[in-house]
Amino acid sequence: MSSVMSSAGAITRHRLFWPIVALAVLLLACVLKSNTFLNITVLDGHLYGGPIDIVRRSSVLLLVALGMTLVIATRGIDLSVGAVMAIAGAVALSQIAASDNPESLAVVLSAIGSAVLVCLMIGVFNGFLVAVVGIQPIIATLVIMTAGRGIAMLITGGQITTVTSGPYHTIATGYWLGLPVAALIAGFFFLVMALVTRRTALGVLIESVGINPVASRLAGVRARTIIWTVYVLCAFFACVAGFIRSSDIMAADANNAGLFIELDAILAVVIGGTSLAGGKFSLVGTLVGVLVITTLTFSVTILGIPANAVSLFKALVVILVCLLQSPVVRHKLRARRRAVAPAPVEVPA
Amino acid sequence: MTDTAVTTQNPTPIVAMTGISITFPGVKALDGVDFRLFPGEVHALMGENGAGKSTLIKALTGVYTIDSGSIIVDGEERTFAGPAQAQAAGISTVYQEVNLCDNLSVAENIMLGHEVRTAGVVNWPRTRNAAREHLRTMNLDIDPKSSLSSHSLAVQQLVAISRAMVVDAQVLILDEPTSSLDADEVARLFDVVRALRDRGVAILFVSHFLDQVYEISDRMTVLRNGTLVGEYLTAELDRVELVQKMIGRALAVLEELEEAPKRSVAQRGDTQPYVQAIGLGRKGTIEPFDLDVYAGEVVGLAGLLGSGRTELARLLYGADHADSGEIRVEGVPTKMRTPRTALARGIVYSSESRKTEGIVGDLTVRENIVLGLQADRGWLRRISKRKSDEVVNRYIEALGIRPANPEAIAGNLSGGNQQKVLLARWLATAPKLLLLDEPTRGIDVGAKAEIQKLVADLAAQGMAVVFISAELEEVLRLSHRIAVLRDRRKVAEITNSDDVTTDDVVHLIASGGQS
Repeated sequence: MSSVMSSAGAITRHRLFWPIVALAVLLLACVLKSNTFLNITVLDGHLYGGPIDIVRRSSVLLLVALGMTLVIATRGIDLSVGAVMAIAGAVALSQIAASDNPESLAVVLSAIGSAVLVCLMIGVFNGFLVAVVGIQPIIATLVIMTAGRGIAMLITGGQITTVTSGPYHTIATGYWLGLPVAALIAGFFFLVMALVTRRTALGVLIESVGINPVASRLAGVRARTIIWTVYVLCAFFACVAGFIRSSDIMAADANNAGLFIELDAILAVVIGGTSLAGGKFSLVGTLVGVLVITTLTFSVTILGIPANAVSLFKALVVILVCLLQSPVVRHKLRARRRAVAPAPVEVPA
Repeated sequence: MTDTAVTTQNPTPIVAMTGISITFPGVKALDGVDFRLFPGEVHALMGENGAGKSTLIKALTGVYTIDSGSIIVDGEERTFAGPAQAQAAGISTVYQEVNLCDNLSVAENIMLGHEVRTAGVVNWPRTRNAAREHLRTMNLDIDPKSSLSSHSLAVQQLVAISRAMVVDAQVLILDEPTSSLDADEVARLFDVVRALRDRGVAILFVSHFLDQVYEISDRMTVLRNGTLVGEYLTAELDRVELVQKMIGRALAVLEELEEAPKRSVAQRGDTQPYVQAIGLGRKGTIEPFDLDVYAGEVVGLAGLLGSGRTELARLLYGADHADSGEIRVEGVPTKMRTPRTALARGIVYSSESRKTEGIVGDLTVRENIVLGLQADRGWLRRISKRKSDEVVNRYIEALGIRPANPEAIAGNLSGGNQQKVLLARWLATAPKLLLLDEPTRGIDVGAKAEIQKLVADLAAQGMAVVFISAELEEVLRLSHRIAVLRDRRKVAEITNSDDVTTDDVVHLIASGGQS
């Protein structure tokens, strides 16, 4: 009996317990509202249905949050991800639009290549400001966060560039082996990073730098290079996210692409149990965090919550999850449970 | 044990602390300490790191609550609930790190919380005038409107004192006020201190610079390991006696380590040193010094806290950049740009600050031990589980790390075991030169003896070791040669032998090598 209790206790104490509960509750609410929500149907060899939609819509946030997790693990933060998404879309679509043959795969690939190069340069710039110049990450990345959309505007000439290009459109809307290409791309990079951080020493070195940069440097860790690397990786993943977003609407919208996504990404990382103070990180945790946030956004429409109450609803759920994860609150709750269970507290009249 | 306190011409102390005891979990920080401060005197509080100086100051200023004893200020028994209350009673403190607001003006810094108000609103012209008055008493002719950050550290220090004196303090506590000042600035500060003393202020002065203590203080109280050694008139206590009292003779808590025969590796003619520092120095950190370290030899660094022991080691490791001189490794001039350069040449440094510069707290014992090896290999080539098991288990066993669990979080281990984890990290990289900075500080006696034995064994196997410790007995027991440092300068180097005693080293430290 007590062992059952204690193992149940261990499960509830796991840092992903409440986020997963939140996810389950949200999904359940959606099912109750629309009982076909969880059904997956096959149409033209493609899978359709609520869960597939959530996975597809998660891809952009997952990519951004992936890079953000690594940056946060080094005690940093990257506010420029939304602007990088805008730049990625602007560079890629402008180049495709300027070409003679937007439908050619070669044109699309070269456009993607140029955009990746530009984004990597932005990552190098961010990393340089943080790791070499020593500017606080929040300030350093604020530069691109504000200037980046301006750069994107210059690239698109102040217009919302729209193009028609089959190959590029496939990124967001295509299917491969019955699954959405966007989700496959995000899943691929997630797996690669999960493997790279845990099968090489990169993960532990990132954590070491995040926990104690001074000790790490004295231990011979290239702290500066590692910090630099995570900003470059973060910009790269934001770039890929930018392709998916712009391919979805086939337009480069310098003002709105990836707007406020840095906040959702930070939130996903925190819900996933990685501390903003740096150190230990969990990519799986981030994945759960991303699913919670996407499902939340998704469920809002299904549950029929009025549009102007959406932000409030999101905020309530997030606060609840964060509160349940907070050590202070958990400690208080546990203490209360203990106090209540054995001897009922007398309430003075 | 306690020397008789000296009689004084001035019989009424402004502060009299008697029988002060403070206990922290597991440590008796102060044990029945008496302390007096007289008006119009500069009183130096002396003692090595961990002697209880800061604890005593914090007991007086109400930061810590005392477990027993009494504090009488101006004839009245007081218990202060915090620094604000102590300040209201006329006790002001200026801390080592200037804690003023950089981005405010000089006047705002001085008058913060004491602004002159007219009808409830701050009257800035009058506030600035008041600040100017205070600055004048410090002989400080600067514009009260100027921003604090536009002034040198020395001026900021004087502004901090002005601020402390705004409340008409009867007692002024100066905790290491000179640690970041140069000689001229110190002279300027001392002029102010003397002026305040002549006005009848009781000044408590803490510094690890012996020369300064002798220059400015009238009286001194020596603490050691949380107990009172005695109170003396500065004029009546010579430096050698002072250093002996600070370091203590009865320190031999250790069972005598079976002494490896003290031998100097004296075949200088036919072997070259593993590492040779020639005129190596860094401005404001340590003056240029020469030092040779041979393979198979332990070179001890002796000196008081702040004498430059750590700074010397950091230059050899490339943790700081030297701005003069050069380092030769096996005769080859080498520029130590970063710790990695040193590591690549087999030089490793174990810092005195285990928690902040050594252990990566949230990582496991395993991760901490292999960190050095892994850093050397780079991130791509992860050390295999098997290799890591082999290394980690070998060192857990060899050094007796407890708990013997590679997956334990390193931050939760005791100080001695953290030290062993650090040693394991470095030994795993098979170093040629081991720079050990206070490896035995704050760890229990058993672990201490084990680490000493290990150092002796490593040297016997041919490793070069630089051993830094505040405990002279330990330095003498382990070292073949001893370099003596004082006031950030290497002042002497002696070859250890059975005839060399701690007294000899104490004399060298006290005299600065000029005997």
